[in-house]
Amino acid sequence: MSGAEALRQGQEAGGPAQPLLQVRALKKHFPIRGGMLGRTVATVNAVDGVAFEVAKGETLGIVGESGCGKSTTARLLIRLIEPDSGEVRFAGQSVGSEIPVAELRHGVQMVFQDSFASLNPRLTIEDSIAFGPRVRGVAEAEAVHKAHDLLRRVGLDPAQFARRYPHELSGGQRQRVNIARALALAPRLLILDEPVSALDKSVEAQVLNLLVDLKQSLGLTYIFVSHDLNVVQYISDRVMVMYLGRVAEIGPVEAIYRDARHPYTRALLSAMPSMDPDRRTQEAPIAGDPPNPINPPSGCLFHTRCPYAEAVCQSTAPALAPVKDRHSAACHMEIAGSGHSKARPAA
Amino acid sequence: MTAIALPALPPTRGYWSAVGRRLLQDKVTVACGIVLLAIILAAIFAPYLGLADPYRGSIIRRLRPIGTPGYLLGTDEQGRDMLARLVYGGRLSLFIGLLPVFNAFVIGTLLGVTAGFVGGRLNAAIMRTIDVFYAFPSVLLAIAISGALGAGVLNSVVSLTIVFVPPIARVAESVTTQVRNLDFVDAARASGAGPITIIRVHILNNVLGPIFVYATSLISVSMILAAGLSFLGLGTKPPEPEWGLMLNTLRTAIYVQPWIAALPGTMIFIVSICFNLMSDGLRSAMDVRR
Repeated sequence: MSGAEALRQGQEAGGPAQPLLQVRALKKHFPIRGGMLGRTVATVNAVDGVAFEVAKGETLGIVGESGCGKSTTARLLIRLIEPDSGEVRFAGQSVGSEIPVAELRHGVQMVFQDSFASLNPRLTIEDSIAFGPRVRGVAEAEAVHKAHDLLRRVGLDPAQFARRYPHELSGGQRQRVNIARALALAPRLLILDEPVSALDKSVEAQVLNLLVDLKQSLGLTYIFVSHDLNVVQYISDRVMVMYLGRVAEIGPVEAIYRDARHPYTRALLSAMPSMDPDRRTQEAPIAGDPPNPINPPSGCLFHTRCPYAEAVCQSTAPALAPVKDRHSAACHMEIAGSGHSKARPAA
Repeated sequence: MTAIALPALPPTRGYWSAVGRRLLQDKVTVACGIVLLAIILAAIFAPYLGLADPYRGSIIRRLRPIGTPGYLLGTDEQGRDMLARLVYGGRLSLFIGLLPVFNAFVIGTLLGVTAGFVGGRLNAAIMRTIDVFYAFPSVLLAIAISGALGAGVLNSVVSLTIVFVPPIARVAESVTTQVRNLDFVDAARASGAGPITIIRVHILNNVLGPIFVYATSLISVSMILAAGLSFLGLGTKPPEPEWGLMLNTLRTAIYVQPWIAALPGTMIFIVSICFNLMSDGLRSAMDVRR
């Protein structure tokens, strides 16, 4: 039995313990061409050796400032962009070698930030949702029927909405349509790239609740990319913090929000206003802009803005080191014997 | 637009029926459409309209003024009936006005959409080649190609097609590049659709509209260039009635019968302004989002 067939029948190695998605050393460098001959004059390390896992049924939140590579990571996962190197395993199967990209896209779908740009303005809502199944060879009547089912699932009455065009809908309604479109191929993993960032707060809450409901009723797994720390805290089981294309810290949501170890994570969280005066973080707010990704700093990428930076931070890049159970941070202060004055001595 | 928000109303119909409805509400477009339709139908059915023979001249009845009994629009420098020549002239003039634009629309869209969708080196190869044609003013280019190919109607169609392919391809390329980078194309790729399906379902119906509007605005240019080629003796040959050529041969009579000499130019003016106004109307009708 080939890997693809095994996937379809849900018989994959490892059972429930097998992570749905495993990412290893994922890299994407964008060349910047210049000069008369279009030679590569510089590269942007958009995603630089990212590694993580997503368990079945969990929600992994990815946070970071603009330009930290979170959207590029999302697009790499569904192969809208080809990675330079690294491995993505979906349900235990290596994408590209054991299962083809087409098969990956059966199991993984994506919801984009811009609800208007992600719907074809010339297609009706039902045609947009039915497009995926139609491409996969589902008969038209059946695909339209399925589209109506999905519209009901995301809380839109098909009789009222199915034949409308995207410009006749509100932002929240369009994002519901985008979710329905992503669900049309019955994926197991949904990549949500800033799905609520462009919505009003009240609509945002409705769409988030819809996502939580859908996850439970359909047994989905989410990767939720956002720069909104409150939203990520609400929806995620685990959180991954990215900085300039690398993972700064990853761990369970409570650990990240209560006991962040990386100075960058702490600085991000301190920028988040707390409702409780006693729980205010005492961390200094982060200073300056992120460094230019074309010429990233040496060593730890954060040392230019880090209040605890020492000599070792400038020379060596810290590896992601385990802090506690399932909680890791890429900081010399957490690496025993790293040479940082705050690090524990080597065991 | 407000009515759509009411649930009781039937769902919106297809995009093109909405465009059609809006076109019919636009008085200027409808008026231009009627004028053009009348001119085109008259040209097609000219032999059945009971007109005089457009080739038969008469030395003694040369350059009769407009309104002469039996010659509603007078006669030309060889005594031929101007009304008949203007109606028959529409056949060739419209043909060499419309056909090059249609050809260029097909070729230019093909090149531009391919370049825009594939991008990279193919885009550079196609677009830089097209840029070469931009080095020449369009009139000069048309004259040069026509001159090289020799006079004749088909040769002027070929030369005008070559003149119009670059601008249409360029518009097609820029619209396609814009649409290709929108998220719905990525979403379609993520659904597993191949490039042909994506172009057919998601690219073409978003780019054809703007390209078509641009192409219709070129019809008037094409008619004027075609008339110019005939004027220079590179298009139609006498005694064939064609508006540009008629303008040339009547030019010598401009001091004797200025109104007669102006008639072919008036026809070119009416037809090209009608096409231009219609393309404006089409553009606003296709902007359904308003």
